[in-house]
Amino acid sequence: MANTEETKSIPADPSTEGHGGAGHEELVRGNLSFHDITELVSRHTEKKAPPAWYVAFATALSGTLLLLALMAYVVWNGIGAWGNNQPVGWGWPIVNFVFWVGIGHAGTLISAILFLFRQHWRTSINRAAEAMTLFAVICALIWPTFHVGRVWVIYWTLPIPNQMEMWPQFKSPLLWDVFAVSSYFLVSLIFWYVGLVPDLATLRDRAKDFWRKQILGFFSLGWTGSNRHWRNYEKAYLLLAGLATPLVLSVHSVVSFDFAVSVIPGWHTTIFPPYFVAGAIFSGFAMVVTLMVITREVYGLKNLITIDHLEKMNIIILVTGTIVGFAYITEFFMAWYSGVEYEQYAFLNRAFGPYAWAYWIMMTCNLVTPQLFWSKKLRRSIPVMFVLSIIVNIGMWFERFVITITSLHRDFLPSSWGYFSPTWVDIGTLVGSFGLFFTLFLLFLRFVPMVAMSEVKGVMPQADPHNYDIGNGHAGGDGEPYIEPATIAAVERPEQE
Amino acid sequence: MLDNLIREGKATMGIYESDADQVYGLLAEFPNPGALLHAAEAVREEGYRHFDTHSPFPIHGMDDAMGLGNSKVGYFAFLGGVTGCAGAYLLQWWTAAVDYPINISGKPFFAVEPSVPIMFELTVLFAAFGAVAGMLALNGLPRPYNPLFYSDRFEGASDDRFFLHIAASDEQFDSEETAAMLRRIGAQHIELVQDDGVSDP
Repeated sequence: MANTEETKSIPADPSTEGHGGAGHEELVRGNLSFHDITELVSRHTEKKAPPAWYVAFATALSGTLLLLALMAYVVWNGIGAWGNNQPVGWGWPIVNFVFWVGIGHAGTLISAILFLFRQHWRTSINRAAEAMTLFAVICALIWPTFHVGRVWVIYWTLPIPNQMEMWPQFKSPLLWDVFAVSSYFLVSLIFWYVGLVPDLATLRDRAKDFWRKQILGFFSLGWTGSNRHWRNYEKAYLLLAGLATPLVLSVHSVVSFDFAVSVIPGWHTTIFPPYFVAGAIFSGFAMVVTLMVITREVYGLKNLITIDHLEKMNIIILVTGTIVGFAYITEFFMAWYSGVEYEQYAFLNRAFGPYAWAYWIMMTCNLVTPQLFWSKKLRRSIPVMFVLSIIVNIGMWFERFVITITSLHRDFLPSSWGYFSPTWVDIGTLVGSFGLFFTLFLLFLRFVPMVAMSEVKGVMPQADPHNYDIGNGHAGGDGEPYIEPATIAAVERPEQE
Repeated sequence: MLDNLIREGKATMGIYESDADQVYGLLAEFPNPGALLHAAEAVREEGYRHFDTHSPFPIHGMDDAMGLGNSKVGYFAFLGGVTGCAGAYLLQWWTAAVDYPINISGKPFFAVEPSVPIMFELTVLFAAFGAVAGMLALNGLPRPYNPLFYSDRFEGASDDRFFLHIAASDEQFDSEETAAMLRRIGAQHIELVQDDGVSDP
């Protein structure tokens, strides 16, 4: 290969590590060349999948089939097949909806917000995290769609002229949700696809099989890596990141309006939007850590998704977990400070009532255990972070359970109090939604480049054109500050062809 | 006049016309991003306009080196955003206050405040559509057919190779002189790309 030797001859300067800003950190380990990156990532879509993939796929697919079967059961029998009833009209389906939407948020955070902050370490994980977002939002959309009961008229939620000549009620937060989540899905999808185009072109150029080349040629839009194209492409990507950032913050805020705009004690609080967004990022990062720990192990991507990447995510988990925990405590303070007895009762009932077990699971998993990440040793330990990331998501599911169920099960009239229990259909559909999520994620790992190759190449030291100038900007040499044109450097290098 | 305008417009997208001998242009390979950047500068200083560089990732500083201005994608995104915002406003006003007003607890049929979330969402959605549509339009994509694909070496442009392409449609183009110039500025491999439907042997 033309530049293998050259890139090897220019090692990343170790002395700049740690104090040279993001651009100087060693984001990719093992002194890899551009071609090595292409190989490392592309080959997984080209060769046979590892045996572990087939085992995982079979398991996940059975979960998907379970979900399909149970959703058919729910449609056939009505949503009473779930445990929803008065007083808890929003049971597990809504808990699961909020849980899955939240998971999605980390993907957008990594792809958009960290992009705007020029956090170059995101390049190794953004593709997989964005894919996770899409799949999580798909899993989320299932729940409200079926929860409306008559799924065959779900299009009534959209402003499409229908036989009743009626329009949706735009003053309802539930309708805002329809727009927020579907806009979020579409924007995430095009953001992901735009990011994929250069990498699909890489796969197209490597393809040997005729049909593979045709299909990839179709999806890569005739991309040639032209700088005239990169110019508009980068601008569009920047704009998409800038648009996705307020969008992702708005999505979970709108989801929280579903609760906060009602007048139920425990729901009617102004802290909900920021608290929901922090929780969403928290759970999403935990899911990314869970997935990345497995992926880098199975696919041998430890040089691309390094322990530093995982550590940074763990720090974000620690920060957002603490924000969420702080919000739990603030809610209690506000309930007391409001002087409203219904509000005070709702919170005391949460912590010490019939659902105290769920509340304390939530507290332990979300506030207490992530504090272990204060220790540098623990947040760099793969087994610890793997277990903790799963605990976080258990905790975050319980958070939504606590918010939804405990607020509803005892409202203003004691005569209508009740206790919610899930049915086997509730449990089966939740398990099935995980099946669907992992099925989609495994298909992604199999057929799509799981790391954004062009972006990783772009942040490597040898991608900087000034890396090739004589003097290289670093002290040493004859004391002349570097001004020399690089063409001379290029000419002086022995020709390799 | 109009033909010329269309030709130059297409050239900004990297779409060029072949000359009478079906020559599409010269494709020169450079060893690394630094060499490519300086080659692009040199080619521009020589007075060439119909040229482009191809690299597996965007090279920092290349837009200036090639003399390209700021991208115009932003206008498309802005237009999309305005459309989304106005569309959401009109949609909510017309459906709730004009087409089928329903009196609920004496509240106004239409108010801006509860309309804000959907106006916001559709602004973002349409601005994103505008950004991507604008990017594709300005780039002349999708473009499944490109004579450069006839070059086998060019497959490396998406892997680890760095190319500079000078189109035959450039006024200054002369296959021999241009090739000599490219060799002078450090090209490692130069290839004449022909739009004749035949790929490399």
